[in-house]
Amino acid sequence: MEVGQMQRAWVEYTRSLFREGFLDAQFQQLQLLQDESNPDFVAEVVSLFFEDSERLLADLTFVLEQQNIDFKKVDAHVHQFKGSSSSIGAQRVKNDCIAFRNFCEEQNIEGCLRCLQQVKQDYYLVKSKLEALIRLEQQIVAAGGSIPMEELSS
Amino acid sequence: MLNLGYCKGSMSTASSGGVSDQFPAGLRVLVVDDDPTCLVILEKMLRICLYEVTKCNRAEIALSLLRENRNGYDIVISDVHMPDMDGFKLLELIGLEMDLPVIMMSADDGKNVVMKGVTHGACDYLIKPIRIEALKNIWQHVVRKRKNEYLEQSGSVEEGGDRLQKQSEDADYSSSANEGSWKNSKRRKDEEEEVDERDDTSTLKKPRVVWSVELHQQFVAAVNQLGIDKAVPKKILELMNVPGLTRENVASHLQKYRLYLRRLSGVSQHQSGMGNSFISTQEATYGSLSSLNGLDLQTLAAASQIPAQSLATLQAAGLGRSTAKPRMPMPIVDQRNLFSFENPKLRFGEGQQQHLNNGKQINLLHGIPTTMEPKQLANMHHSAQSLGSMNMQLNAHGDPSGSLLMQMSQQQSRGQILNEATSSQVPRLPSSIGQPIVNNALASGVLARNGLAESGRGTGFNPVSQSSSTMNFPLNTTAELTATSFALGSAPGVPSLTSKGVFPEDINSEIKGPGGFIMPSYDIFSDLQHHRSHEWELQNAGMTFNGSQQSNSLQSNVDVASSVLAHQGFSSSQSNGQGRNISAVGKPMFSAGDATDHVNAQSLGQPLNNFFAENLVRVKTERVPDASLQTTLFNEQFGQEDLMSALLKQQQQQQAGIGPAENEFDFDGYSLDNIPV
Repeated sequence: MEVGQMQRAWVEYTRSLFREGFLDAQFQQLQLLQDESNPDFVAEVVSLFFEDSERLLADLTFVLEQQNIDFKKVDAHVHQFKGSSSSIGAQRVKNDCIAFRNFCEEQNIEGCLRCLQQVKQDYYLVKSKLEALIRLEQQIVAAGGSIPMEELSS
Repeated sequence: MLNLGYCKGSMSTASSGGVSDQFPAGLRVLVVDDDPTCLVILEKMLRICLYEVTKCNRAEIALSLLRENRNGYDIVISDVHMPDMDGFKLLELIGLEMDLPVIMMSADDGKNVVMKGVTHGACDYLIKPIRIEALKNIWQHVVRKRKNEYLEQSGSVEEGGDRLQKQSEDADYSSSANEGSWKNSKRRKDEEEEVDERDDTSTLKKPRVVWSVELHQQFVAAVNQLGIDKAVPKKILELMNVPGLTRENVASHLQKYRLYLRRLSGVSQHQSGMGNSFISTQEATYGSLSSLNGLDLQTLAAASQIPAQSLATLQAAGLGRSTAKPRMPMPIVDQRNLFSFENPKLRFGEGQQQHLNNGKQINLLHGIPTTMEPKQLANMHHSAQSLGSMNMQLNAHGDPSGSLLMQMSQQQSRGQILNEATSSQVPRLPSSIGQPIVNNALASGVLARNGLAESGRGTGFNPVSQSSSTMNFPLNTTAELTATSFALGSAPGVPSLTSKGVFPEDINSEIKGPGGFIMPSYDIFSDLQHHRSHEWELQNAGMTFNGSQQSNSLQSNVDVASSVLAHQGFSSSQSNGQGRNISAVGKPMFSAGDATDHVNAQSLGQPLNNFFAENLVRVKTERVPDASLQTTLFNEQFGQEDLMSALLKQQQQQQAGIGPAENEFDFDGYSLDNIPV
């Protein structure tokens, strides 16, 4: 695939991610932060987010598996996840976290477990999509092209 | 990638932080957030705003950075929810110590949280996800603060007032404008003569009076001398007699101080733990808290991140302490003993039982909110102090765990405390033992973990936590150890026997005294408090406990207890004597014949037996750890509570001759005979 094609693919893909609610404006903010001096900024932040999220999800799963669930802990983890996912712009995940927190407040075990499933699902979804996007970006750059960020605003 | 594990400094050489032509470029920002993703994003955004960014993922690190270099930062941005310290606490500390503008941020946009930010003095509150536009204007807070400071330094109240008004108006104007208005606002400032001068003078470069610890101490001393109600800036200034300090500096600081005090006094339950360092500096002058107590607790709390409740409790205790003294009749124990932490809990005295039942138990329940009365709290404080010193002592002996306690006990007067401690060695189990003790243990454990003085008790114990098999309580420190009888001390030695299930046979054989006469030892202890025999007893108790081959359960209990304790880091020095025994799992702990050992089980056993014999009768309603605990103990992974209660129970049982578990609280006294050997 030549650069132009890849660039168009990138634009389309990114737009779809926004359209489908996987990503929100915050992700755009991140993209704007990337520049020549920091060409891998988005990739770096995203991978950081993945690392952190894996840990958070593991902790969450653990806490929810206990006999006596410590809802405060659950809430703390979810709150953290909400913060990081919102900073990345992972909109679905963030919304899942909001719902999750409500169930935490009510100490609704069923609800919490369901939310955990939901948030995991959405997390893995957005993760694979972001990975695909970044791969594409790297291919474009490797082929000598640049990421057409400006196309997004159109 | 980004190094998130530590604070990365990206400061330029400009350390003065003075206003430059490029302002707000070069603004020195410190960002604190435990979320690595956010931290990185913020750093990037701030860099794009041309700020100098230092990022931190822990509040403690941030504080130390700020303290090391008070003039090195212009503004702080901190997350609200952080694991090691509440963001609001950090906010208050920074405001008090460094007087820097602090912006709070959180994914939480609830009104209450935002309000908290306001009341705690945040100059702004940002909701995550943070957009770069929000960060572009943070310089306004720096300017505003500096302007106000200039005004303060400018002169008379009236002038300051007028100028203040004008300045604030200008500030508002500039703040609402966008970044380009910096020059405008600067010009407006220029119109103000004084302000203009300030801009050019060194005050601009040193916009803040740095309230160092010493300065603050002087301030507090002056305030206390005048009386908080009568303390007016002018008089304070005179008393302080610090050249270069202006009335306005004092006035603004006084305002903050008053706020802080108000918050403190109004918060007995909800201890914000603010100004730990603050407190430490003003310990001497701190009104209600006994200086030492307050100081220790606060410092400890700060150091160990004591749960708010504990801190509150401690504070309350401290408060109570200043006014009340424990009135528990403790015939055997010195009045002072009351104060030692251990004492209250472990007292088994006839009359005391009542008291104990009624209230004292708490002593150990440090971290656990209890209905502790002030005096008891005071006791705790005192104990804490004692513990502190004890810790020091213990540390001296090279007790690794002691180091933990060490931090806390800086002010203790060792000697005295030691004495007290020793006398109070007798582990006094409050009548309502079971739970309280457990709590204590837990609390102690918690405290220990937190490095609380309370846990100090376990200084000797700490090592245990580090390695389950390290029961290396310096025997020499038996005295200390005993002194720091952990409430759980009831299971002295038990905890010390960390090695799970690793009780050398020798140990068992060492046991001379009646098996499982933990309880008796307590009684005896109470009687003996004045003697060093207490130590012995404790040791014996530990020893017997540990070594009590009596029942597997016992041993297991001990094991469990030990392991649990060790695990929990119960520095139960309780194992005063035991510590010794426990030293080195796998080693014959109680080499009774080990004369060299601090604990001479045998020799001790004898006197101990005597003691027991004498004192058994006295035990009435003492709470004895439920012997039945034995059985309950080691079957599962105990949580702290479980373990401790189990231990307690076990002890009780032993005393009671293995009565039903229920005995623990109704234990009516027992005789050695009853104790199964």
